[in-house]
Order: sequence, then structure tokens, then C-alpha cells
Amino acid sequence: MSRWLTQHAQAFSLALRKLAATPWNALSSIAAMGIAFSLPAGGYVLLENATALSSRIDSAPQLSLFLDPDAAKADVAQIESRLKEHPQVKSYEFVPKDKALARLKESAGVADVVESLGRNPLPDAFVVQAKSPSADVLEGLRKEMTGWPKAEYVQLDSAWAKRLEALLRVGRIAVLVLAALLAFALVTAIFNTIRLQILTQRDEIEVAKMVGATGGFIRRPFLYYGALQGLAGGTAAWGIVAAALWVLNGALGELGRLYAINIHLAHLSPGDSLSLFGFAAWLGWLGAWMSVGRHLSQVEPQ
Amino acid sequence: MISFSQVCKRYPGGHEALRNLAFTVQDREMVIVTGHSGAGKSTLLKLIAAIERPTSGTVIVNGQNVGAMRASAIPYLRRNLGLVFQDQKLLFDRTVLDNVLLPLQVTGHDRRDAGKRARAALDKVGLLARERSKPITLSGGEQQRLCIARAIVNRPSILLADEPTASLDAAYAGEIMEIFRSFNQVGVTVLIATHDESMVERLRPRVLHLDHGALGA
Repeated sequence: MSRWLTQHAQAFSLALRKLAATPWNALSSIAAMGIAFSLPAGGYVLLENATALSSRIDSAPQLSLFLDPDAAKADVAQIESRLKEHPQVKSYEFVPKDKALARLKESAGVADVVESLGRNPLPDAFVVQAKSPSADVLEGLRKEMTGWPKAEYVQLDSAWAKRLEALLRVGRIAVLVLAALLAFALVTAIFNTIRLQILTQRDEIEVAKMVGATGGFIRRPFLYYGALQGLAGGTAAWGIVAAALWVLNGALGELGRLYAINIHLAHLSPGDSLSLFGFAAWLGWLGAWMSVGRHLSQVEPQ
Repeated sequence: MISFSQVCKRYPGGHEALRNLAFTVQDREMVIVTGHSGAGKSTLLKLIAAIERPTSGTVIVNGQNVGAMRASAIPYLRRNLGLVFQDQKLLFDRTVLDNVLLPLQVTGHDRRDAGKRARAALDKVGLLARERSKPITLSGGEQQRLCIARAIVNRPSILLADEPTASLDAAYAGEIMEIFRSFNQVGVTVLIATHDESMVERLRPRVLHLDHGALGA
């Protein structure tokens, strides 16, 4: 066991020394990997933030029924009784135009604008909760309510949330495709790096084989090298995303202050960060493993 | 013990390096394989170290059939062999000591113990004072001795040497021969391939003479 550990420690330190021996080469390939990986990682971060934002929005099956501005009290009462008896309606709330205006004034930023209006431009409205979240039911309800007298406009509030969700799904697929392509590129890059190393260390490998080195002993430093370089690339990507977010959050904070809203983009969660590091290290290892399997057998003592 | 029976080795292209070779080398024996160049001396040594495989026949080393050995078992065979081959393959990017340490790292020796052993091996070949030098600064004879130190640091039971005195003048060659003799005296089986007749005269070993891949008288 301790011999096994010693050999792994030796292979690990050998790989580290190899990285340190050519610092500029190592740094430039780490930077290239970091930049490549920061694209899907950054995309993922933006998607996660958008998803968090959209989940904060109530996506309950809710419709807003706006009445004609000149609807009388009787019209309101009539619509209310229709809603009360409708089998698909779970609950409803009447929002009179004054209350709507007061609410609008409360939401910051537009108070001045509202103040400057001579009269209340808002109509009376009902906010209706449907019993079923099914899109068909909601759409049917919307059409039916549009036909009611003095109903000016019926809006399906969850529609845009659904659209956003669909958009996020597309985004997620795009990030996945990007990640897969760049992962392939990283594996190829490590594959070639290790191939060159094997070529330049031909003598060393031959001697090691001659004095009885096992395949594992010869492979190990290359595998550690690949994994270390992958890990360093992943860490660089994490750093690039962190830097980009720091810059973005600065700008967003400015924007948010102007609109009096709090926008803050969060970085990868600790779990996701670990996954990024682990995945990048694994890709490096994989590239090295493939290269070693392909090229080491060609180096035999003569 | 090394034993060849009905060993043939034919290289791709039809060249027959060894024909129907049969002989046995006992433990602790010293044997010199002679013959003209191209007689098959190197091939014979390579078959023992599983660098080459016989086309037919069997090569038994320490009770193992080397010709039919799985690739994963070969490293453990080689740990019991000390190889001093013509093409020396010293590693010029590291010190003399590090060159000798390599076989011990391969077998996973404790670092401190490995240092002691490597220095002992260097001492035996008279290179202890040069442990921090780079091999490129050594003379031809010193490089050859370094190869021997590397070959014996793992205390192999069999030492194989291919033309160990080929490029050396008589004085250096004499030193090398004495080193081999001293190893043989402490119980190492030594098999040397050479066309250097002075070696035979000096060491008076058992001689296997190869002629066009077959054993002569």
C-alpha cells in the first residue's frame, strides 16, 4: 500500500515538474483551455441565473381580464357572477382601477410618470385563477372570456413564462452542444500534447521498460499530467467566468439602481464548480489515456 | 537457469538469425557467446530478455517460458535481469545517480534505501565520485560502467551484456571484464556476447560459439 502510494506520489510530482519545466507552454495551453471552457461554463451560469429568475415568477394558471374603461358597476357585477358560476374558475379577485393605480404608484420608478397623468388610464380588472394549469383549458377560458360583454382584453399571464422556459430549454441544449464540442477539442489537444511528450521521452520510456517498468508505471505520469492540465484549464475557466461576472455585476448594479431593482448574477454553486473541475480533469485524463494507449506500445526496447 | 531448446528466430523479410539453438546456462555460471557480427549473438540475448520472441522453440529463464509470456508479466522478468546493451540509452538530462536510481523507482523502492543502493552500485563500478555529473561528461569507459551500475542496482540474478567492450581501448575493456568477473564471483549468472577474443582469454569462461545462427564447436 505504501509502495503504491509512493509510486503515485512520484508520478504526480513528476507530472508537476513536467508542467513547471515548460511554464509558458503549460500556461498558454491552460489559458486556451480555460477560454474554451469559459464559454459553456459562462452560458450555463447565465442560464442558471435566468432559471432562478423565472422560477421566482408565479407561474400559476392565472388570467387577467381587463374591462372596457367605460364599464359600469352593473357590467362588473354581471362578469363577477359569470366567474362565480364558471366550472373552470378556481378563484378570482377584482382589482378596481383606483387600486390598480395605487399599486402602480407603489412600484418604484414609475410614480412620477403616473403622477403626471391627468386621469387614471387604467381599467377595472379581474385576476382569475383557473382550476387546471393545462394550456388548452387556459386558452379556451381566455377565448370564452374575451367574448363576454364589456370584456376588453384577456391576457394569459403564464404565457410569457412558458415562452421563457422554452427559450431556456433551447439555451440549455446550445450550452450542452457547445460543451460537448469543446470537450472533444480539449481531449484532442491533450492527446496531441501527450503524443509529443512520449516522442520526446522515447529514450526514457525505453530504458524504463528495459529495467522492468510496468505499463502502469510508465502511463501514470502522463495520466497525471493530462488530468492536471485539464484541472488547470477548468480552474482557469472558472476564474474567467468569475471575472466576467464581476464586471457584469458592476454594470448591472448601475442599471439596477436606475430602475430601483436588484439584479445580481450568481457564480456557479460550489457543487457545480466541483463538477466543472472534476469534468475538466477527467477530460484531460481521458485524452492522456487515449494517447498513451495509442502511442506507448510503439516505444519498445530495441 | 537459462535454457534454450530448438529455438529458431526468423525476422520479417526471411532473415534467419538463429537456427535450432539448444543450450543451458546453469545458475552462477559465466558464459561468453562469440561469433562474427550477424551471427545472432544480440538476438540470443534479446530472446532471454523478451525483447524479441522466438519464432519456434522455447526459451526458459528461471523456470518461466519467456517466449510465451504475457506482456504484463515481462516487467517482472526483466527486474531479475541486468541488461547492458550496445545501444546504451543513458538518460543525458539527469545525473549519474539519477540514472542508477531509475530501476529502483520502477520497483517502488523506498527513497532513502534506493539512494544507498544506487551509491553502492556506483561504488562497485568506481563512479561514486561522479554521482552528480551528467553522463555526457563521462568517458566512453565510464559510460559503459554507468550502464553496468544501472543494470546491477536491482541485484539481478542474471546479467546480460552485449558487446560491453566494443568501443573501448584495452585498459578500459580490462576494467569492465574484471567488474563482470567480480559479479560472477558473488553468484550472478553472467552471459556476455562479444567478438573480443581477449575477453575469452582473460576470463576463461565457458564459450558458446555462434556461426550463422547455429552453435558451432
